[in-house]
Amino acid sequence: MIADDNGRADLRTPDLPTSEGLTGVTRRDFLKVFGAGITVFFTIDGLLAFQEPGRLPQGRGGYPTDFNAYLHVGVDGRVQCFTGKVELGQGAMTALPQLIAEELDVALDKVDITLGDTDVCPTDMGTFGSLTIRMFGPPFRAAAADARLVLLQLAAERLKVPIDRLKTENGAVIDTAQPKVRVSYGELTQGKTIERHLDKRAEVKRPSDFKVIGTSPKRRDIQDKVTGRATYAGDIIVPGMLHAKIVRPPAHGAKLKSIDTTGAEKIAGAQVVRDGDLIAVVHAHPDEAEQARDAIKADWEMPPATPDDETIFEHLVKNAPRGQAVGPQAGDLAEGARISTSAFDSTFLNAYVAHSPIETHSATAKIENDRVTVWASTQSPFGVRNEVSRALGLKAEQVHVMMPPYVGGGFGGKTGGRQAVEAARLARLTGKPVQVVWSRAEEFFYDTFRPAAVVKIKSGIDGAGKLTLWDFTVYAGGDRNAETFYDVPHVRTMAHGGWSGQQPAGYHPFGVGPWRAPSVNTNTFARESQMDIMAAKAGLDPVEFRRKNLSDKRMLRVLDAAAERFKWSPGKAPSGRGVGVALAIYSGSYVATMAEVAVDRKTGRVTVKRIVCAEEIGLVVNPEGTRQQIEGSLTMGMGYALTEEVHFKGSQVLETGFETYEVPHFSWLPKIETIIIDAKELPASGGGEPPIVGMGAVLANAIFDATGARLYRLPMTPARVLAGMKKTT
Amino acid sequence: MMQTVSFTLNGKPTRVTVNGERKLLWVLRSDLGLTGTKFGCGASLCGACTVLVGREAVRSCQTAIKDVAGKQVTTIEGLARSGKLHPLQEAFVSHNAAQCGFCTSGMILSAHALLAKNPSPTEKQILEHMEENLCRCGSHMRIVAAIQGAARQMKGGRS
Repeated sequence: MIADDNGRADLRTPDLPTSEGLTGVTRRDFLKVFGAGITVFFTIDGLLAFQEPGRLPQGRGGYPTDFNAYLHVGVDGRVQCFTGKVELGQGAMTALPQLIAEELDVALDKVDITLGDTDVCPTDMGTFGSLTIRMFGPPFRAAAADARLVLLQLAAERLKVPIDRLKTENGAVIDTAQPKVRVSYGELTQGKTIERHLDKRAEVKRPSDFKVIGTSPKRRDIQDKVTGRATYAGDIIVPGMLHAKIVRPPAHGAKLKSIDTTGAEKIAGAQVVRDGDLIAVVHAHPDEAEQARDAIKADWEMPPATPDDETIFEHLVKNAPRGQAVGPQAGDLAEGARISTSAFDSTFLNAYVAHSPIETHSATAKIENDRVTVWASTQSPFGVRNEVSRALGLKAEQVHVMMPPYVGGGFGGKTGGRQAVEAARLARLTGKPVQVVWSRAEEFFYDTFRPAAVVKIKSGIDGAGKLTLWDFTVYAGGDRNAETFYDVPHVRTMAHGGWSGQQPAGYHPFGVGPWRAPSVNTNTFARESQMDIMAAKAGLDPVEFRRKNLSDKRMLRVLDAAAERFKWSPGKAPSGRGVGVALAIYSGSYVATMAEVAVDRKTGRVTVKRIVCAEEIGLVVNPEGTRQQIEGSLTMGMGYALTEEVHFKGSQVLETGFETYEVPHFSWLPKIETIIIDAKELPASGGGEPPIVGMGAVLANAIFDATGARLYRLPMTPARVLAGMKKTT
Repeated sequence: MMQTVSFTLNGKPTRVTVNGERKLLWVLRSDLGLTGTKFGCGASLCGACTVLVGREAVRSCQTAIKDVAGKQVTTIEGLARSGKLHPLQEAFVSHNAAQCGFCTSGMILSAHALLAKNPSPTEKQILEHMEENLCRCGSHMRIVAAIQGAARQMKGGRS
């Protein structure tokens, strides 16, 4: 790594056990590697239930198996915690240490965190689903609280005083009867190797006692990121390293008929290498490797080009897997239809959407003594380890995946390890370290898009504006939060096919996968649009109509908070004001979003003027980090709502760059106001994704309010807005 | 065509002997090991590769190395002086104006060029100037606030 160490004070490199020391170790060896101190092993339960089957761990390669996280209090008084989570910009490396510092009563700068290193971190499935704080929070706190209890016990023995006379403060145990008697954690752990297994929840602090949770310390990554010292997978420089550019097919499933590499071979320093389907040019410089690769002539047999971005919706419904019921099914749909005074039948569509992180997939691999080291831009280092070991026919423990340590955005798109497998195969082939950095076109081509989807809703209301019927069916979007949270006596929710990569062959023409809040953008767009359609028919204000059909107090609380800040004044849509509302529940969090738009009646272009978002995520560990996630979600969400759409002909992806795939720009920036509802009494829930889910519906509802045009399809491009307005006149 | 190109990089005289058509981005990253300048799209559409040539922000992915001969090139690594962050860097820190951080170098250098020309930009001028710098995490409002904060700081006589 070329970056020097200046200014890295915030990112202390802990004294890690070496990788050799941990290969195939027993627990006894494992503790020896660590030296004296207190180690608390613990498990993060519930996590597996959230994973796709394809992501479940494939054996843990000699690692002790009965835990998946641990922390260590060392003789220097420092605390090290280890997790397979990674820092994607969401702030995990800042917020997780806060939990430890709080429960252990140590200064925050005495807590080191090691993320995503497969040799020293216990197996973890990856960083997605807003799960880091939600699922890790309670056990991390409990483990730290348990370590604190051990320290109190050690101090009681050493000082020969009853434990209830002791308290902890700033890395030391203090005797409350003689406050001058103070033993530091380092002194207490000297010469002792204590192994703890957290089997039940240790007693954690009450919210009223918090000193660190609920504060916003400086981000641990920010100094590196403003100085250019932050290293990403493509910034790793290994002596002798080659850069590889790979020959790519024009469409998924295209077959190579012939290839002529003579053009590439003429370029000084370029070497063409081939391993079966993998044909690449390697060179000491990436741009020269690319120039050489572009001089290769390849002839491809194209697969049939069906379906395309217009016919896909019919295809998805027609070829859908069998439906699964989601959430509570109640009442009788026929009875619901009978008692409805107004009936509604709508179909909503959304396009495939790309992740488009600014950092493309990157990896650097080196092989020494049958051991592969890979630095990868990934949300799933253990998944990458398993993919690389399978591809190279090695054991999992022969592959060491390290974080660079930073990842330039993921959003669900960096869960596969293709680029790492390519780098590792090419490193083996060339005998040199190899770096693979995808181009923007490759990033679009191999992206696992948010699936295009169709939602059909049949619903009804009575004369009083109460919901009588809700029959919701989603195709290809996924089942998460498909069920409604409104009160309705006759309800059915069905989901055909999921959001994950596990689909019937040929269902999608290319890869699909999780995209920030999988399923829920699709399902929320449909549900909250349908609510407004009904409110308009009933002649009711959209907020009043929702209140009438809601009894969930957490939801009402966020709705009231957003309405108060937005200064929502009741009116029947379309009012011409261009205001909209959408509600959602995701990852345990409650979100109310309100927006104001202006629609250019000549061009159909939508300008978002203002967004107010109230979110309740239970206990907030880091309010500033939470706000950043809300703002980020709202800003990013404008893209899938208004412009982002992957165009394709069969398995040929037509998006190759930002020329056609328009993500939010600075000029789009509305006034954004965020409200975090204080709910310390509730456990922390997911914060990174929920506010994005309402963006499709809140803007669709605001566009309707502005123009009277109801849009049923995302993205709501100028052409679609114009077409919608034409229908209303 | 191999040629020797001399220029000033982050205040230091620098000389490379390379094909003059190669892009500055790759010479910085691969030949000179300065990886703070990022590759995002290679088509001048995302701004991650932005550096300063003189006082202007340029896209290093589109700039031939021969075209910086005799010029002053500043990358993110050269912005802090003797360990002290530039006011823009300080403002990005205090506003938490980064999440993943991959666009940050380009954002700071684009903003630097704006403030060099216009020390008191309006919000609208900031948005217009930054329009072609993409941020996928959605840190836009914080980046704007950081640029405004830095402008105030710099007018106050610092830096």
